[in-house]
Amino acid sequence: MTATEMKERLVGRALKRREDPKLITGHGNYLDDIKLPGMLHIALVRSPYAHAKIVSIDASKALAMPGVVAVFTGKDMLDINPMPAAWLASGVKNNPVPPRALAVDKVAMVGDPVAMVVAENRYIARDAADAVEVEYEPLPAVVDARKAVEPGAPQIHEAAPNNIVFEWECGNKAAADAAVASAEVVVKEEIINQRLIPTPMETRGSIARYDATTGEWTVWMTSQAPHVHRLLLTAFVFGVPETKLRCIAPNVGGGFGQKIFCYNDMAFTMWAARKLGRPVKFVEDRSENYKYSTHGRDHITEAELAGTRDGKITGLRVKTWANIGAYFSTVAAGIPTTLYGRIVTGVYKIPAAHVHVTGVYTNTAMVDAYRGAGRPEASYLIERMVDRFAAEIGMDPAEVRRKNFIQPEDFPYDNGLGLLPYDSGNYEPALNKALEIAGYAEFRKQQAELRKQGRYLGIGISSYVEICGIAPSAWMGSQGWGAGLWESANVRVHLTGKVVVTTGSLPHGQGLETTFAQIVADELGVPYEDVEVQWGDTQGTPFGYGTYGSRSLAVGGVAIKRSVDKIKEKARKLAAHLLEANEADIVFENGRAYVKGSPDKGKTIGELAAAAAVAYNLPPGMEPFLDETSYYDPPNCTFPFGTHVSIVEVDPETGHVKLLRYIAVDDCGNQINPLIVEGQIHGGIAQGLAQALYEGAVYSEDGQLLTGTLMDYAVPTAAMVPHIETDHTVTPSPVNPLGVKGAGEAGTIASAQCVMNAIIDALAPFGVKHLQMPATPERIWHAIHGK
Amino acid sequence: MIPAPFDYYAPTSLAEALTLLQQHGDDAKILAGGHSLLPAMKLRLASPSVLIDINKVAELRGIKVNGTVEIGAMTTWSAIEHHTALAKACPAMTDAVGLIGDIQVRNRGTIGGSLAHADPAADMPAVVLALDAQIHVEGPNGPRAIAAADFFTDMLSTALEPGEIITTITFDSHGAGEGSAYAKFPHPASRYAIVGAAAYVKMENGQVTACRVAITGAGPKAERQPAVEQALIGTDGSADAVAAAAAHAGEGMDMLGDIHASAEYRRAMCKVYTKRALLRAIERAR
Repeated sequence: MTATEMKERLVGRALKRREDPKLITGHGNYLDDIKLPGMLHIALVRSPYAHAKIVSIDASKALAMPGVVAVFTGKDMLDINPMPAAWLASGVKNNPVPPRALAVDKVAMVGDPVAMVVAENRYIARDAADAVEVEYEPLPAVVDARKAVEPGAPQIHEAAPNNIVFEWECGNKAAADAAVASAEVVVKEEIINQRLIPTPMETRGSIARYDATTGEWTVWMTSQAPHVHRLLLTAFVFGVPETKLRCIAPNVGGGFGQKIFCYNDMAFTMWAARKLGRPVKFVEDRSENYKYSTHGRDHITEAELAGTRDGKITGLRVKTWANIGAYFSTVAAGIPTTLYGRIVTGVYKIPAAHVHVTGVYTNTAMVDAYRGAGRPEASYLIERMVDRFAAEIGMDPAEVRRKNFIQPEDFPYDNGLGLLPYDSGNYEPALNKALEIAGYAEFRKQQAELRKQGRYLGIGISSYVEICGIAPSAWMGSQGWGAGLWESANVRVHLTGKVVVTTGSLPHGQGLETTFAQIVADELGVPYEDVEVQWGDTQGTPFGYGTYGSRSLAVGGVAIKRSVDKIKEKARKLAAHLLEANEADIVFENGRAYVKGSPDKGKTIGELAAAAAVAYNLPPGMEPFLDETSYYDPPNCTFPFGTHVSIVEVDPETGHVKLLRYIAVDDCGNQINPLIVEGQIHGGIAQGLAQALYEGAVYSEDGQLLTGTLMDYAVPTAAMVPHIETDHTVTPSPVNPLGVKGAGEAGTIASAQCVMNAIIDALAPFGVKHLQMPATPERIWHAIHGK
Repeated sequence: MIPAPFDYYAPTSLAEALTLLQQHGDDAKILAGGHSLLPAMKLRLASPSVLIDINKVAELRGIKVNGTVEIGAMTTWSAIEHHTALAKACPAMTDAVGLIGDIQVRNRGTIGGSLAHADPAADMPAVVLALDAQIHVEGPNGPRAIAAADFFTDMLSTALEPGEIITTITFDSHGAGEGSAYAKFPHPASRYAIVGAAAYVKMENGQVTACRVAITGAGPKAERQPAVEQALIGTDGSADAVAAAAAHAGEGMDMLGDIHASAEYRRAMCKVYTKRALLRAIERAR
């Protein structure tokens, strides 16, 4: 290739994901595929009560069963600390009560583990767990966050009076109060963002192996953040140097946030492996995953939106009770505070806003980040309230949005809620594009006609903005996050010219192997096939905070780019030396360094890598090898946005909703791989419309999970998700050199209210102003029939 | 998700299966498609110590359509769904089977297994009631036939005696002027019926001369709807007549109410789905 031939750029191309052939043909290596010699299996004895004292535990029958190696209780493990609380609500008092490896003295939720059986195989372990006799003294339970803070409610933890985890606020209370008091129009609504169960296809678990001769553990874990787990388990739970633990995340079968957190099984497998001198494995079954692993959302909110009769929004006042569950999960407090309250005004310029959030313990599964984490709750709230306002003043909801959008010239935009400034945005073109695809004006005519025939169609609009690329360590530190949030990457060009990238990010469905390889291949000018991306093992990858918050491209990807930049810089220096030219005259292009003006005089990156590796002829002072690491801490988050539009038809006889069309116009900045972006949008929308129509975790008053199986909890199948019409606008982020924002959560953040707004629009002839989710046929039927 | 220990037998003939069932008595469960039994075992809601898997009993499979329809108890939903002669002979059966679970469930689940389990939200009980089917069983005292109307005794309970195995299900093929249909409100997760209505009608000279309707999902067991049937017989089967008759659906039934649908809503849906099934059945009968 001569220098004038341009290598075809890979960035921007819809390449199929390179990780897929292995994963979709059953050749992945998931946690439960791992079988170590001599490995023991754990089954847990879990509480059937939501709240109870543990009176006694008798394991004698279990211990007598052949194949049972040991039974341990929480009291056996008092030599290790509880799980860490890593993100507290900022600037206020927190009462974090994280779970221990096993419950001690009392249980606070159904499924709370009180004992563990270790046995030769999983079947024996499970049979023996049934033979452990536990006597409980049941206590009254509470499952509703608003009820849990009322006087006289059952008290769950001594360290958290009135079950309060934190009380937190942001914005300007006096201004919001004044705006509401003096407004021409105020709409008020109670908005419930129901509890969801993340349901990754693979449940969670851990395998621990301990080497007594070195005092070192290896733990395989279903994890979105193995480096973080390594740090938390060693420094905080076991009190040993982090060098004593190697964490490996093998293929991870979906996470949606649920696998970010540091769970008790990571600790009790480590503890048991050390105690017993044999590897031990714990893998949840689906029932355990539903009962014990983290849930998402569960907000009760009272919202008031103030405005003028001509459609200007003048204020927003929000009071939210955020259910945290029975214990404090790893980052539980950050989600309903920084990631919710601070973005609750969405894409609108609202001059006065105030948010008050109470985090509350209840006798339910822990609640923590679930796809979107805080931003879906915020988006749902503001987008419902804006529609509610539009209906109240009789103005087209699209028009109200246009009237209140933050304008392009307002960026960087400070929303007054203590967030970093929105980086860039242009909201109206995305709205217009979505409405144009939907044929909005035409639809309104059709809708009016069909209503006369007794057919009820509705259209819903959702304009959203979210927070991605979650970082600036200094800012996150100010937000109660107990660590940094930079990412790092190492790039090496081997002697053969092959490139190995190691990253602290961790793909579990995001296609990062493909996206990262596209960036590196372009930047270095090497064939895509020559770039290998390695991840997941703390031994061999540089530190990373992990993959969540749509941050792996905007933070982790940029770290990779910066390592490549350093490689290129070194390669240029080496080329100048080998070509006996001035460094300033060396151009690096298409994988080749050459002398400006003499394109034939040059060296390929492969030649330079070989020269650097053999090190026969290096410039004075240059170290061998092309091997560079970067630690990237971005100056800001990124703020993707867009507008989704859906059209539904409601069957007035039964209340069934048929999703006729779903249109998504998203702006995630520059797109590295449009196919992967589209896939992320599709998956995100499936989860968001599921919240609108199907999903909802339900507890009985006494704390039993009534939706504890996939026969009761309706995760949508492919047949329940409509054809999705995707399009986009591109507003590059000025925050990072790739101009990327992130796309992993946008679909979820945009979609629940998009569908709900459409349903409520369809029901307007029946006087329906708001409906809680999920909009089940029965709920709609009651709304129509006024029952 | 880990069942308790059990012994497993896989007989290849009905006689062998009956002998094993006799031997093991109450400790044994017959394994057909396993779609209700195995989940219950994995959740340890059921812990039979012996499983007698009758999937290898070839004589229990197959469909014959010839004036009468005869379906072997171990015939899978999938085989029923794709049987073209059966679809013509009795469309309600085909309607219902196509709405069961998903493709994987239909590939394994069997008609006999479903009837024996008698889940209150299963589709098939309503269908066999509306078709006035006979359920043929074989046991220690030889073969006998049980009318569908006598078969479902209570929630998850049937007229099967200990030691008996369902062998075939028979009912009449539709003739001229006859039609049937099944309409269902499926639970979004399980696909079981929140309400399912099966309807059979016979039209002669523009009049409904026979009608059978049965509802599943709404109550503790599937039930015929005599008030609906009587109201429709003798009418012209017009939309108004059907609506008036369907308004009687659910009368006298104990309605279930749960987190998925209240009793009040189920009662309302009984009327809607009965109407829809009847309209379809009449359209087919005409």
